Amino acid sequence: MNTIIYLDNNATTKVAPEVLEAMLPFFMERYGNPSSMHDFGGDVAHDVERARQSVAQMLGADYDYEIVFTSGATESDNMAILGTLQYYRDKKHIVTTKVEHPAVLNLCRQLEREGYSVTYVPVDREGNLDIDYLFDSITNDTAIVSVMYANNETGVIFPVEEIGAFCKKRGVPFHVDAVQAIGKIPVDVNKIQCDLLAISGHKFHAPKGIGVLYVRRGTRLRPILYGGHQEKARRPGTHNVPGIIGIGKAAELVIHHLANKDEVQRVKKLRNKLEEGLLNQFPNAHLNGNKDKRVDNTTNIGFEFIEGEAILLYLNEKGIAASSGSACSSGSLEPSHVLRAMGVPFTSAHGSIRFSLSRYTTEEEIDYTLRVMPEVVNQLLEISPYWDSINKKGKPIGELAR
Amino acid sequence: MWEYTEKVKELYKNPKNVGEIPDADVVVEVGSIVCGDALTLYLKLDGDKIVDAKFKTFGCGSAIASSSALTEMIKGKTVEEAAKISNKDIVEFLGGLPDQKMHCSVMGQEALEKAIKKIKGQKVEDEHEDEGAIVCQCFGVSENLIRRVIKENNLTTVEEVTNYTKAGGACGSCIPKIEDIIKEELAKVVAKPEATAGTKSMSNLKRMQLVEETIQNVIRPVLMRDGGDIELIDIDGKKVYVALRGHCAHCVISDVTMKNLVQEKLREFVEQDIEVIEVK
Repeated sequence: MNTIIYLDNNATTKVAPEVLEAMLPFFMERYGNPSSMHDFGGDVAHDVERARQSVAQMLGADYDYEIVFTSGATESDNMAILGTLQYYRDKKHIVTTKVEHPAVLNLCRQLEREGYSVTYVPVDREGNLDIDYLFDSITNDTAIVSVMYANNETGVIFPVEEIGAFCKKRGVPFHVDAVQAIGKIPVDVNKIQCDLLAISGHKFHAPKGIGVLYVRRGTRLRPILYGGHQEKARRPGTHNVPGIIGIGKAAELVIHHLANKDEVQRVKKLRNKLEEGLLNQFPNAHLNGNKDKRVDNTTNIGFEFIEGEAILLYLNEKGIAASSGSACSSGSLEPSHVLRAMGVPFTSAHGSIRFSLSRYTTEEEIDYTLRVMPEVVNQLLEISPYWDSINKKGKPIGELAR
Repeated sequence: MWEYTEKVKELYKNPKNVGEIPDADVVVEVGSIVCGDALTLYLKLDGDKIVDAKFKTFGCGSAIASSSALTEMIKGKTVEEAAKISNKDIVEFLGGLPDQKMHCSVMGQEALEKAIKKIKGQKVEDEHEDEGAIVCQCFGVSENLIRRVIKENNLTTVEEVTNYTKAGGACGSCIPKIEDIIKEELAKVVAKPEATAGTKSMSNLKRMQLVEETIQNVIRPVLMRDGGDIELIDIDGKKVYVALRGHCAHCVISDVTMKNLVQEKLREFVEQDIEVIEVK
C-alpha cells in the first residue's frame, strides 16, 4: 500500500524527522558508552544529560536527576508500583482505576495473587473517574495510588491535580501514567504533585524502546532491576543512547508544539471535523467518552450493529489505519475493558473505533476518511442481520440476542 | 493484526451469498450481539436439495468469511450431504483460521445444524433446553456445545475451548466449569480402553500409552493449576517412576499428591495394581 492515512497515533507515532536526524550519529559515529572513562564515551554522556534536561523541562521537573530513562512506559509503570511496594513492605493496599493500561492493570492483578488488595476505582458512562470513590478508598494501608492522566481509548482526562493534592495531604505516594497525555496537553509534575510519572517515547514521535519514569526528589523507591550504577542505580543497564537522544529531541519538539496555540488548535479542529462528520453521517453512531474533558487528538465512536474488526479491515483496504475497542481485533474476546467499565452497551461496544490524530495529520486525510466511511459502514450494515432487522422489520434487537 | 489466509481475505472483502432469500424455506439465527458474532442463514430447498443459501452476519472478518464459506459449501448439496459438514470443513475451505477465530467456524456449523433440524421438523425453538445448560453467561455458550467441540476437535485446554466457542473469554468465572468439562471429556477418551484395564492381556506398549495419556490429560492439568508439574521418568512393568516439578516438587505434602492423585488416577485409568514411585 503506497499511502497510509494513519489515524492510530495513540498506538504509536512516527518518529519525527528532527528526532531521527538527532539520533543517527549515535548509531555509527558516536557509539561510545556514556559510562566509559574515555572522552569517546564521556562526550556521549554529555548528550545524554542534555536529553535528560529536555525531558525534565517538558515535565516541569525541578531537577534533571528526577528523570530516569527506562525501556518504555510498561517498565516505568512496573518500576513505579513495584519499587514503591518494595520500599513500603508493610503496606498491602493499592488504589488504581478500572480503565488503566494493562501495564498497570495486569501488574495489579498479579499483585492480588501475591496477597495485595487492590481497589479499582470505577468510571461513569462518559469515562469520568469517580474521584470521591477514589478518595474514600485510601486507607492507612495504602502503599500507592496509580492513576492514568488521559485514557488511551477515549482520551478522557482524569483530575490528577486533585488526586495529587489529596495524596500529598494523606502522605500516600502517587504515580501517574501520563503516556497518553504527553505531547497533547501540558504536563507539569509540580502542578500534579505526583511522586512518580511514566511516559513512553513512541507515543510522542520518539522511537520505540525508550521511556521515562519521573521520580520526585526524595521519593522512596527500590529498583526492580539490579546491575550497574546507571541512572543512580535506580535503573541499571547500559544506556539506550540513540533512544535517549531521540526522546530528548522529541521533548524539545513537544515544548515547541504546545507553545504554538494555533498548531494545537489545528489538531483539535481536525479531530472535531472528523468526529462531527461521522456523527452527522451516521445516526447510529455515538461518541464514547466525555466530549469536553479529553485530549484533543482522540475520538472514539461506537457504530451500532456492525463489528469493529470488520470496520478496521475494510478501512485497511482503503488505506486507513485506526484502532478498535472490539473483541476480535485486540486478541481478546471481550470488548475493551474501558468501554465495558463505562457501561457502553454491547450493541455499540463491539463496533467502537478509535481515531487518534497527530500533529502530522492533514485536513486532506480527514476529508478522505469522511469520504470513504459511508461506503465501509454501509457495506457492513448491508451484511448485518441486526441492521436488517431494525431497518426493515422494526424488530427490537433484544429479540435477536439469545 | 491477524494472519488471515488469502481465501479468508477474499471472502471478507467480497463475501458471496450475502443477503436474504425472500421465499426461503428455512431461516435460522445463531449467536448474539452480546457475543459479538451472529449469523442469520437462509436456505431455499428443492426436494432434499439446497438450491440456494444466503446469509447476514454481524461479526469480524473471519465471521464474514466463515459464513460466506458455509453458504458456498452447502449450495447444491442434499440435506444429508450438508449435514456432514463440520466446522473443520469450513476451516479447511478457508485454508485455516487463527486459533482465536475458530469460534467463527463453529458458529457456521451451529447455524447449519439448526437449519437441518428445522428441515427435519425437529424442535429447535427451545434451544437452551436442547443444548444443555449455559456455562458461559457472558457469551451464552452451552455445555453441550463445549462438549461437542472438545470431542470433535480433540481440545485439551481452556484456551482452546475459548478459541472455538468464546466461552471463558470474558469475565472468566466459568473457567473452572470448563476445566471440569474438559476433564470429564478427556476421562471418557482415556477411559475407553478401560475394559482392558486390570486384565492380563494389556501389553507393555498399551500400558505405557495409557500411562502417558493419563498423566498428560488428567494429572498434569490438576498439578499445573497449582503451579506444579510432573515428569514421567520410566515405566518398568507396573511400576511407574515419576518426578514432581515446579511448586509440587517442594510441597510438604508431595507424598499425598503422589498417592491420592497420581497413583489413584493411574489405577483408575490404567490398571488397578499399578504402583507409583517418586523419583526425587
